[in-house]
Order: sequence, then structure tokens, then C-alpha cells
Amino acid sequence: MTPTDHRDFTLSVNGNRVQVTHAAPGASLLDVLREQVGLTGTKGACEEGECGSCSVLLDGELTCSCLVMAATSVGRSIITVEGLEGDPVTERVQAALVDAGAVQCGFCTPGFVVAATDLLRREQSPSTTTVQEALAGNLCRCTGYGRIVEAVRLASRGER
Amino acid sequence: MPVLLPTTIDAVVRGIREHPRHVLLAGGTDLMVAVNHGHRRVSDDTMVIGLSGVGELRQWTVDHVSGYIRIGSGVTWRELASEPFTTLAPALAEAARTVGSPQIRTAGTIGGNLATSSPAGDGLGPISALDAVVELVGPLGTRRVAYDAFATGPKQTVLGDDELLTAVEVPIVRGWQGYAKVGVRNAMVIATAAVTLVADARRRAVAIALGSVGPTVLRCPEAEAVAADGFPWGGGTIDERCLAAVGEAVRAAARPIDDHRSSAEYRRHAVGVLSQRMLVRAARGLDRTERT
Amino acid sequence: MSAGHSTTAPSTIRGGLGESVTRPDATAKVRGEFAFSSDLTADGALWGATLRSPHPRARIRRIDTSPALAIAGVRVVLTAEDVPGAPTYGLIDADQPVFASDEVRFVGEPVAAVAASDPDTCQRALEAIVVEYEVLPPLLDPERAIDPSSEPIHPSGNIVRHQRVLHGDPTVEGAVTVEGTYDIGMQDQAFLGLEAALAIPDPDGAGVELHVATQWLHEDRTQIASCLGLPEESVRLVLGGVGGAFGGREDLSLQVHTCLLALRTGRPIRVHYDRRESFLAHVHRHPARIWMRHHADPEGNIVKIEARFVLDGGAYASTSSAVLVNAVTHTQGPYRCPNAVVDGYAVRTNNLPCGAMRGFGVVQACFAHESQMDRLATACGLDPIEIRLRNAMRTGDSLITGQTMTSVAPVERCIRETVALPLPEVPIGGDGSHPYMLPGGAGLTADPSHVVRGIGYGVAMKNLMYSEGFDDFATARCRVEDGEVTIHVATAEVGQGFVTIAAQIARSVLGLEEVRLHRIDTGVGSAGSTSASRQTWMSGGAVEAACRAVLSEILGIAARRFDLDTEGLSVLGTTIVDAEFRPVCEVREAVAGEVIEQTVEYRHHPTVPLDADGQGACHTAFAFVAHRAVVDVDVDLGLVKVIQVATAQDVGRALNPLSVIGQIEGGIAQGLGLALMEEIIQVDGEVKNASFTDYLLPTIADMPPVVARLVEEPDPQAPLGAKGVGEPPCISVTPAVVAAIRDAVRTRYGGLRDGTLDRVPVRPIDVVAAAPHG
Repeated sequence: MTPTDHRDFTLSVNGNRVQVTHAAPGASLLDVLREQVGLTGTKGACEEGECGSCSVLLDGELTCSCLVMAATSVGRSIITVEGLEGDPVTERVQAALVDAGAVQCGFCTPGFVVAATDLLRREQSPSTTTVQEALAGNLCRCTGYGRIVEAVRLASRGER
Repeated sequence: MPVLLPTTIDAVVRGIREHPRHVLLAGGTDLMVAVNHGHRRVSDDTMVIGLSGVGELRQWTVDHVSGYIRIGSGVTWRELASEPFTTLAPALAEAARTVGSPQIRTAGTIGGNLATSSPAGDGLGPISALDAVVELVGPLGTRRVAYDAFATGPKQTVLGDDELLTAVEVPIVRGWQGYAKVGVRNAMVIATAAVTLVADARRRAVAIALGSVGPTVLRCPEAEAVAADGFPWGGGTIDERCLAAVGEAVRAAARPIDDHRSSAEYRRHAVGVLSQRMLVRAARGLDRTERT
Repeated sequence: MSAGHSTTAPSTIRGGLGESVTRPDATAKVRGEFAFSSDLTADGALWGATLRSPHPRARIRRIDTSPALAIAGVRVVLTAEDVPGAPTYGLIDADQPVFASDEVRFVGEPVAAVAASDPDTCQRALEAIVVEYEVLPPLLDPERAIDPSSEPIHPSGNIVRHQRVLHGDPTVEGAVTVEGTYDIGMQDQAFLGLEAALAIPDPDGAGVELHVATQWLHEDRTQIASCLGLPEESVRLVLGGVGGAFGGREDLSLQVHTCLLALRTGRPIRVHYDRRESFLAHVHRHPARIWMRHHADPEGNIVKIEARFVLDGGAYASTSSAVLVNAVTHTQGPYRCPNAVVDGYAVRTNNLPCGAMRGFGVVQACFAHESQMDRLATACGLDPIEIRLRNAMRTGDSLITGQTMTSVAPVERCIRETVALPLPEVPIGGDGSHPYMLPGGAGLTADPSHVVRGIGYGVAMKNLMYSEGFDDFATARCRVEDGEVTIHVATAEVGQGFVTIAAQIARSVLGLEEVRLHRIDTGVGSAGSTSASRQTWMSGGAVEAACRAVLSEILGIAARRFDLDTEGLSVLGTTIVDAEFRPVCEVREAVAGEVIEQTVEYRHHPTVPLDADGQGACHTAFAFVAHRAVVDVDVDLGLVKVIQVATAQDVGRALNPLSVIGQIEGGIAQGLGLALMEEIIQVDGEVKNASFTDYLLPTIADMPPVVARLVEEPDPQAPLGAKGVGEPPCISVTPAVVAAIRDAVRTRYGGLRDGTLDRVPVRPIDVVAAAPHG
């Protein structure tokens, strides 16, 4: 087996092949997405998987990109908030977050968009506790979550 | 620091042999935290061996004849929190559900929990209380180690540098089992105290394992004996004296420390309360089973 | 009727005041397109990083930067010697070094900064810098700091401010007295968006442009320019997208370092803190110990308050003196009190520096006075609502500072409306369908039989805007060009939504719907700080005034065009109307082809400093709020689940009800966090939990439903009738939650061990220890 180079490698991001060069040793997918690929919609706020701001879909699964070593995600499908543009579930979530007043500083918001999309793809009408369990890994410091719960409720019903 | 992305256990073992300086990367939920914070710098001459592509490690099989589930080390918390584990190893499933967040449960694996061997590792209490066996593969072949011999200290195990933890075999126990964990938040929290309790109806034995109150997960032989003696195996409720004795024995077995997450005093108190509550739940659960 | 009069009725304006308009930046934010300060970069940018002290107190014997400079990719290493201007900065006293030179005074104090090609190289450079420290005994106990025999740890001494409040007759005694000692832990603002900045040096090296997430661009500029030794106009600040602030961005952190590195290297510099560094680098909420004794007559009317406050300000002054003034002047809370003997200290220690955080001294005072009100209720045989109603403050009352309450003060209404909100109907454990319905959550620690429900109340008064004679003003520029309005303010948008209401104000005043916000920067005068719940009032007042100035020109144009008297004209909706409200023309028609621009400063009425006895009309205005918390408590394990928070808040006038609800729910989450889980833990001056793994913020699973009533009694002193709404939500919810826990413990045991549950955050062991026996 041939080792993958850890500094120069190719990733599949939002359906595109992206060549990464001179990544830092051990660099996280979060860092590579932001600094190498130039996709800054994915945010970092703790770098230990506690805040969910860096949520992406890795092979379709909701993951903290800060805990993924970028070089090990070669060959896997990486979808960021930018790559969800046009996704009907995501667009419902985004519109509902805006309308429900669930955005204040907005730093956590892209992570919530990815996590709520993941939830609503699996469950069309989740209960409040299901929403809470699904979004417990996404911290928000501004809203107290009330409007976020409301937004997911709106999005799940397809209400605007 | 090149990266090896093997797809078979053989390839991993070969990679380990060929690269004495290596680091195994499973879900990344422990290792990447250390790398991100600069506590662990992965040097250029260290081979990172990513395990996420090894399909064999992500499999589990149920052996109803021998009565155990063989869980590959790459099985994630998300999988462990669902069927068949909720039915066949409910304590482990309950523990899995308390691990971190959905994002962490998607990435984190039971093998990572075992290899890191933090005294607060949520999977370790059930693994200990269920008398599970850990399977290690190295250059000399496969060896199987009972969990209580596997963990030797805080973040210390018998796992060799040249070995790969491939699976854990968890016995299927008839009876009642559960996991309870105290944290200050209602979600996403590291255990300040945790108890696994297994009431084995066939062997009429009780196992109690304590988390976050010692250098490793602690078993409580004395409390287990008292509990088994006083347990209403034929149905009914457990008497108060037995409960009090179990609580006292559990508190005595705990070896907690003070740290920023909790005081030793509280940890000791909490495992006592949890053990008693779980014993009551076990009696109620078994009572219900006996009647149906 | 002149030719200009149209025959249709005046139209209404869309997106004006009072509407729940959505944020102009929300769409960009949900798509990940909004640029936060950490998203900014520039061609050729280098990275900067900061070396920090590992000791709470030590003398710096020697710094050797040469090993760091020898590393490939390292461009420059700066220490105190390299600061060209003032060596220190600070919001009130410039007592904090840009880099420690002779002595370090807290774990995390900056000692040096590096610039290098990438973050990894920066880290290696920091590790290579040799600093020889002579470790000194740290001063960590605030009580010892008060002791005059303690060695001063700073040239300015250990007492940052000592402030008494003596009012009325100090010899009065009440028939009933209750007292308690209360502890408040150190809370972190924990904004999600970490400190980040991009500094771009001018090509000639004579100035710098700093893009930074801050709360007050102009104050930053003043301090930065002073340390850089540059005239202010050579330092230009642009607000980088701010990922929350809550007070933690009012002081400088990385600003001077980033600019210095840029000027020295001639290259753009990016500095990003990680979470650990963020915990060390910004000021926190003051930990406090407060003793209070309330005297009342047998009917429960307060006759005197005695109190002593000790606030640990940490190593540097920051805003400690103002926080202390807020604390001691809010001893009485929203209650009448004729006599007071209050003593307060803000002291310097070798702990982390403390300064502004949402609530600013009042959070600490409120936890104490509300705990006292419950004690007083018990002592007088009254329920907690009755004692509060009986003492509720009203407009016109005299405060313990001698100041007259001139704000609208609907305290009684806030209490009554809170009490009237429906209690939760959900039983303990809910329908049993999910573990989150019980305390302990997914940990499956409790069965419903282990859990007791409790209810508690908290009521708060909070001053708005700056105090003690500070020349507090805000500037706004309004420009109308071809019917499009541009509002230019330097008001830091930190998530609170001023960008939304600025446009609403402009629309309502001008009758023009197309409003855009200019980039927020120092290209216009200061707006003052986004703090002290002041921007709706201050920047809102400035935007309104600027728009009104533009409007009078528009009306002049219309008057001339239609040969009318300007005096009689006004705007209704989007239409200019005459004195009889008959339509003259659309505003948009009047401004066609016109360019009108006005810049206006708005000031609130003056205040005065407190005198030595704490007397003086030091505060500008006040807002009020009441909270009711319902909690389910697992008394044996000490675990708590908050089931519901009800609140009625005095908002004056809700300019954007949805935004107000956002502030209320968010503030409640922070107050709940302080009540139950948030505390920076220091041992020997070192932070033990500088991460989100161990500094616990409430998650979505910890937050209960909030039921809120907006009490709208427009305040005639406020430019738009609207009071600031940012701080009150986080203040009295903390004592309400703790009161509810005490209530549950009392329900379980029939009593409560005295002196327990008097600190926040409440730890599980505190609940366990509150059992009156055993």
C-alpha cells in the first residue's frame, strides 16, 4: 500500500475534486477547508468537537470537521454548508432560521444548518426532544436556542 | 508524517510492523483534540494509520449459540446506541447514547474508547460489568484479554505498540442491565460519576462497575456480593437494608479524586445513589420480566 | 389644494419601527457567506501569535528571542521593548502592559508576539523564546488584597476602587433582619466567534488598517494609536464580522499586537486565538463575595440595607471601578429603600483580569438582593411575590444614591405579568418518552419519583448607558441619494441586531423603504460602545436624529416645490402630508435627483460621579424585569432541569419584537448558565477549564421554553421610547433558578440548611449539602 502524502492530496469537496498543497502536518479538515480550499462557511470555535460550528457531512454523516485529519479524508465525500446550496431541505432550514429570528451573531449558524439538514433528511417531523438530541452538539451563545427550535419546527412543516 | 489508509486488518498490522513510529487514528475524537491543541505534534517521521476505511473493524456479529456479540473496534457510538445493541447489550447502548454529541457519536468508536482508556470512558463501564473480552492482533497473532486485565491504569492498557485492537466480545446477559451517568449538563458531558449495573438472572450474579471514581473503571466485588445476596431473583422488590449495604459498599470501593469537574466527596456520594437506584430498577425490570 | 396633492391616502411603510423585520445579514449568515473577522485574509498575509506567562506572578529576568528568530519562516519577535508608544493601555486606567516588561501578573499575560509564515511556525517560535522568570508569591485572595499590609502587586496598588454608599439614617434598625453571604463565580462571555483580527499596514508604513471584531471601534483606535505612537487618524478600524461579544470585546486583546506586527513586517497580519487563549485573553465577569443584611418592618417593608461587596478584578483595572459602582448602587434592586450602609471594593489580584460582561456588576448584586428578598419573605411570613410587590420601586422614588428614579418604572407590572403567565403543564418526567425530560438527561440518572419541582422568582433593576459623568454620545450619518438611504454608524454589530433597527428607524422617519447600511468603520464619528444596553437608545437616537435632520431638508424641498409652509409638513408612511394630514407627495418623489447628507451626534442627559458617600445622580436611566423559574430537581444527586422560564420585561417600546425576544431568550440562557454550570475555575491562578469540554455552556437540551411578555410603556426620556433590552434578561433569571432549587429542596425536606445554596453556579454537591440533616 502506498502512503498518501500528508501535505499534498486531493479531496472531494461539494462534489468537486480539490487539490490541497502544503497542508500543515496533522491539519484538520476544518483548517484545510477554511485555509486551503477557501470555504470559510465552516467555522471553528473549540477545535475539540464540543461546539458543532465546524459540522460537515462526511460520506453523508454529520461530523465535526475539526476532529477529522484532512489527509485521512481522501476518497470520502465532504459536503460543507456551501455545498448544501440548492438542497431543498437546507433551503427550508435556512429560510426558517431567517424568518424565526434564529440568527443573531450567526457564527454557529452554518453548523446548525448542516446539523438540522441532517436531522430533517432522516426525520420529517421530529419532536422537540428529538430536535434537542439531534442539535445538542451545536452550541449557540446568542439565542438561547428558542428561535432555533422554532425554526426547525417551521422547516419540518415546510412552513415559511 | 505520511498517511496510510488501509482497508484490511492485515494491511493495518503490516503497516504497524513496517512503521514502528506510527499513530493509529480511528474516530479522531481523542487524537485530533490533542493534535489541534498542540499537545501532540505529529512529526514527519510518524506514519498516521487511518482506520476508518477498514471495513472489518466496522462490523459486528451476534453469536447466539455462544451468547455474545462481537463488536469490531471501529463500530461507532451511533451504531451502538441503536439495535441490536439496545436489546442485546442495553447498558452499552445507554452508555453510547450519552457519549458527546451526534457529531461525536458518528465519529467516535468503541475501539478508541478502549485504547484511550480514560476512567471516564463511557463504554468502559458496560464492557467491564459485562465481563467482555478484548481482541488484540499483533505480529504474533491474535490474543484475547479479559477487560479487567486489559486496563491497567489511567489511560494505560496492555495494548502493545505493535498491536491493533480489533474487537470486543460482549456477552449477552439475560436479566437486567443499565448505565447511569452524572454530568452537570443534560447533554454532551463528560461523566463526573457513572455506574453500570448488570443483574444476571441465569447466574444470579450482580456486576457493578464505577466510572470516573478511580484510575480505571472499578468493579465492586463486595457490593456485588451483597447485592446478589439480597436481590429478589424470584420477583418482588429489594429490601432497604440490602440497598443501604450496597450503597455503603459502593462508596467504600470508590477511589475518587477532586478535580475541576467535581469533588471527590460528590463523586463518592453519586455512585452510591446511582447504584441503589439501579438496583431498584433492576429488581423492577426483572420482576416485570418474570411475570410476562 | 396645490397641484402636488395626490388623491390617494398616505401609504404605510414596510419594514418600519415596531415590525419584526428580519436581519439584513441573516441570509448571508445562514449560507456561511457572512465574513467574520476570522474569515478575513489579504494577499501576502503572515500569521501572528502571542507568548503568554505561565505564572500568576513572576519577575521577568531575561527574554531571549534569538532562538525563535533563527527558525525559518519567523519574521519578527516583539517584546515590551518594541512598543513605540505608550507601554500600557486600558479602558479607564491605562495600567495594562501591551507586553509585560518587568513583571507578569496573571497566567496568560502577553510577554511577546511573533509573526511567521504560518500558524505552525508561529507556535514553534513561541516555544523557542526563552523567558527566565523569578517566580513571586501571587496574591490570589481578594480579602488579602484589601489588607493594607499586603504587598502591592502593581504600582497603582491593590485596591482599584473603594466605594461606600451611605444614605439616610445609618442607625435605623428593622424589626426583622435577614442576612446572608453570597458568592458569584467567574463567568466567561464565551462568544462563539473567537478573537481574530487582520491588520494591513499602509504602503508607506505610516499607518495601519485593522479589521477586528470589537465592541467599540473608536475607543479601540484611541488606545491602539496611543500604544503605536501614531496619530489616531493613522489608525483606521473596520468592524470584522463579530461572533458575539457580551462584554468580552470591550477591552483590547489582540489589537495592538496585530497592528505592531503588521507595521514591523510591512505585511498583513492575521491573529486568531484558539479557545484556550480566548479564555486567558479577554476579561471576565467579576467573581464576587457579597454580604447583605436587610432590615424591614414587621409588614415586610424594607427600612435599611447593609452590604459589603468584594469584587475580584484580577491583575488589571479594566472597567472594575465602573462594575463596582454598578454593584453597590444596585444593592437595593428594584425596591424602595430609605436607608443604606454599603461598602464595596474592587481589588487587584493575580487572577485573570475581570471587566465587562452582560449585566456588569448588577448580576452579582441581584443574586444577593433577590436571595435576600426570599429570606425576608420567609422571616415576615409573606410569599416571595408579596414581599416584592410591597417594596416595588416606582417612578419618582429616591434611590440609595439620592438619585431620583426618573425612568418609567413598571416594576409591579413586570412582577404581576410574570406571575400571571401560565405555569408549565408538563408533569415531572414529561410523558416519559425521552430521557431529556428528567434532570440528568441522557445519563438516565433519575426516575420521576426522585424528582421534586420548585418555583422561584427574581426581579431586577438595571441601569442603561454609561454613568458617573461619562460624556456618552453616538454619531450617525444619514445620506439620501436618489431615494436610497445610507446609514453610516460605527456601532459595533455584535449580533444584537442594531443593523436591523437602524434601517427600521430610517424607514419610519424618512418614509423611504430602500435603506442600506454603510460598512461599520471609523470613517464616521464614534457610536460609543455596544454595551450597557445602550445602542438602541444611543445609536438609535443618533440615527433618528440624523434622519430627522435629513427629513427637514426633504420637507423643505417639498415645501418649495409645492409652495407650502415647511412647518406643517410631516411624513406618514411613505408620503409627505400637510398639517391636515392630506398627502402632498411621496417622499421618494421629493428626493428624486437629490443628495442630502447629515451627520448628528446624540447625547443623553448628563450624569455626575458618586461622591465619597456614594451619593449623586450617577446613572442615566433604568430598565426592569421579572423572572419566574420552574425547575425539576433530583435532590439526592443535585441535578437540575429547568422546565420553564417566564418573564415580563420593561422594554419601553419594542422596536422589533422578534429581536427583543431573541435578546430575552439569549440572556436567559446566559443567566441559566451562571446559575447551574458556568464557572472559570482557577487554582493558584491557573485556569483549569479553559475549554468547551470543561467550561460548560447550556446546550439546546438544557434550555427550557421561555414564555415572555413585553411590558411596553414608552419612556419619554428615550429617543424612540425604547429602552435597552440586552442586559436585563440575564440578570434576575439566575436568582430565580436558584430560588426554585431552594424551593424544591424545601419541598423535599421541609427545610433548608442555613448558608447553603448561596453561591452560583450551584454545583450538584451544593444541592446535596442543602439537606437540613445528615
